[in-house]
Amino acid sequence: MQMSGAQMVCEAIIAEGVKTVFGYPGGAIMHVYDEIYKQNGFEHILNRHEQAAVHAADGYARATGKVGVAMVTSGPGFTNAVTGLATAYMDSIPMVVISGQVPLSLIGTDGFQEIDAVGISRPCTKHNFLVRSLEELPRILKEAFYIARSGRPGPVLVDVPKDITVEIGEFSYPDSVNIPSYKPTYKGNKRQIEKAVEAIKKAKKPLLYIGGGVVLSNAYKLVRQLAETTQIPAVETLMARGVMGAKNPLLLGMLGMHGNYASNMAMSETDLVISLGARFDDRVTGKLSEFAKYADIIHVDIDPANIAKLVDVDYPIVGDITQVLEQMLPLLDDVNTERYHAWREILKRYDELHPQSYVDSDEVIKPQWAIERIGELIGEDAIITSDVGQHQMWAAQHYPFDRPRQWINSGGLGTMGFGFPAAIGAKRAFPEKTVINVTGDGSILMNMQELVTAAEYKTPVINMILNNHFLGMVRQWQTFFYEKRYSETDLSFQPNWKALAEACGGIGYDVTTKEEFDAAIKDAIEQDKVCFMNVAVNRFENVLPMVPAGGALFNMMLPQKTETHGEEK
Amino acid sequence: MSGNINERRVISVVVMNESSVLARVTALFAGRGYNIESLTVAPIPESDMSHITIATKGNAKVMEQITKQLHKLIPVYKVIEHEEMVEKEMVLIKFPIAENLSDIQALCKAYNGGIVNVGKEMVIAQVADEPKRIKHFIEAAHRYNPCEIVRGGVVAIER
Ligand SMILES: Cc1ncc(C[n+]2csc(CCOP(=O)(O)OP(=O)(O)O)c2C)c(N)n1
Repeated sequence: MQMSGAQMVCEAIIAEGVKTVFGYPGGAIMHVYDEIYKQNGFEHILNRHEQAAVHAADGYARATGKVGVAMVTSGPGFTNAVTGLATAYMDSIPMVVISGQVPLSLIGTDGFQEIDAVGISRPCTKHNFLVRSLEELPRILKEAFYIARSGRPGPVLVDVPKDITVEIGEFSYPDSVNIPSYKPTYKGNKRQIEKAVEAIKKAKKPLLYIGGGVVLSNAYKLVRQLAETTQIPAVETLMARGVMGAKNPLLLGMLGMHGNYASNMAMSETDLVISLGARFDDRVTGKLSEFAKYADIIHVDIDPANIAKLVDVDYPIVGDITQVLEQMLPLLDDVNTERYHAWREILKRYDELHPQSYVDSDEVIKPQWAIERIGELIGEDAIITSDVGQHQMWAAQHYPFDRPRQWINSGGLGTMGFGFPAAIGAKRAFPEKTVINVTGDGSILMNMQELVTAAEYKTPVINMILNNHFLGMVRQWQTFFYEKRYSETDLSFQPNWKALAEACGGIGYDVTTKEEFDAAIKDAIEQDKVCFMNVAVNRFENVLPMVPAGGALFNMMLPQKTETHGEEK
Repeated sequence: MSGNINERRVISVVVMNESSVLARVTALFAGRGYNIESLTVAPIPESDMSHITIATKGNAKVMEQITKQLHKLIPVYKVIEHEEMVEKEMVLIKFPIAENLSDIQALCKAYNGGIVNVGKEMVIAQVADEPKRIKHFIEAAHRYNPCEIVRGGVVAIER
């Protein structure tokens, strides 16, 4: 069929089954927006900032497992999108971003709103394309979606010059992709898997180390089955919360810098690490030379470059977690689960010794209490997104995550401003679910213009601001490591949150007591409007346990057992 | 492979011919603060691929990461870390015509080359040999006051 480049872009999006596109128009992408106006194959959400549009597409992708799509114009539109691309790249999120570019004849001339998008995005995309002719546009679009979702997923940029979007040509969307140089490995090597199974059967203190790759591979049922048949205890990374399910007796909790005592001790004492889709991030390992010092390591990952990048691996298995586990599970039928009994007992005692806990208060709302409370009130039904800081860690530690894709946050890049737009993306995908963005008084301001987006599109996201009047996480480091010199972290000056939300078409709640908290949540759900729930929490609360950066996992700062409400109350 | 930080390494990368593929490859070295000693690129005859030969120095662990990361680039078809290889490098040298031309001719011959151009004031010699021998040749050629030396970079093929 004959059509314009702009139409081809829309047709490809429809052919890929994408229902919601997030974006922001401008000169170079206007022809595409003109086609968006005419079609009804997908909805378009006009975010109020390109960064937010990309985060929203990201949130949509994380919540659904499908490719998220964002559209931006050239120059500043594209540069605004870079943080979104980098965020998705670090967490391997399938995404296609389509950016307008100046006409081919102007490329390289410093034309108005020209920027080398392909050059800038090279280190923060899985792959990127500058379209150089109309003929190659359909193939490139097809490849972009394929590359974004296959192998180790990631964001792909397609930069389309303006003149190509007006040009008319023949369109037929390819059915399949053939890139001879790109053939991801999905099945694990049989011999390696057999060896790994032998190692599991011989181990005395094995440990499942579960990472975000399990979520990406949709392998959670198989992972639970693996734990179930072998009775091997498990720890989750920040990105894997929800994989095992909060109530699973084999789950020790989160490990790493803010992991709990039992998890970090388990990693320090295990004799066999079974790593599934985890990448040994420094926030997880602490001091590398002390990490899992007594263990052999089985490392399953779809990305060969992840394997043995940081630690020496004894049983490397390249492949998709789902397929590898399908190969592995039948070989583990006869495993003797009693073998690990003593190990489980040791870990149980560690957990009893220092459970994931905090001291509650009657005078002031503790942030941990607020998290637990929404868990009690909405629990399994909610999707929780978060920004970055203490609130993120408290959410990861205390929320009873029940399934993967219920917890959406920026793990690898740690992007403040991610949570709200990501929540909008998740809510568009699952309008029937309660979506709560757990955020801080610092983070929320980084994309607060999205109040307008959410209000316009009737996307009732609850922004729960755990307000400590600080850039809390930085303040915590200043407390511990900079002798309480609170340089530029005091946020005593605050906006009127309620008025701010109302000014943008939402509603606001100021919460200072537990009763008000419950009432606000209830009302927010009933009102069904985007809201700011401004929760005054204890100012000097710290996230504990904590492993100081670069320290060994077993050297944790543990919470006090007595009430302090933070030393500086 | 040893852990020697400064061990010389030669890598061949076979890539699909598409725009900015060379930039993608070299960016991986730059991103890790690695110096590329020499780089040659040319299309592979009767294919839509090119062969890139990279000579560099580095420790085994980082090189392994670079190799894996190279492999992850979508247009990269193959990465060969050479161990048993035949390596050749070319050099062109310009000498003043007043120098002893027969000595220069003899020297070039010893290194698998010869004089390839004679002008009014200069002669140009060409030598293609193993990189180590090229180095020796250039040292020896200094006796004849060369006024310009252009090295061509390594090409390698696995034995
Ligand atoms: C875009 C960006 N800028 C800076 C940082 C560094 N940073 C990490 S946590 C944090 C403080 C966050 O404060 P707030 O949102 O109030 O959350 P709290 O820690 O108080 O819960 C900062 C500034 C970051 N992660 N992202």
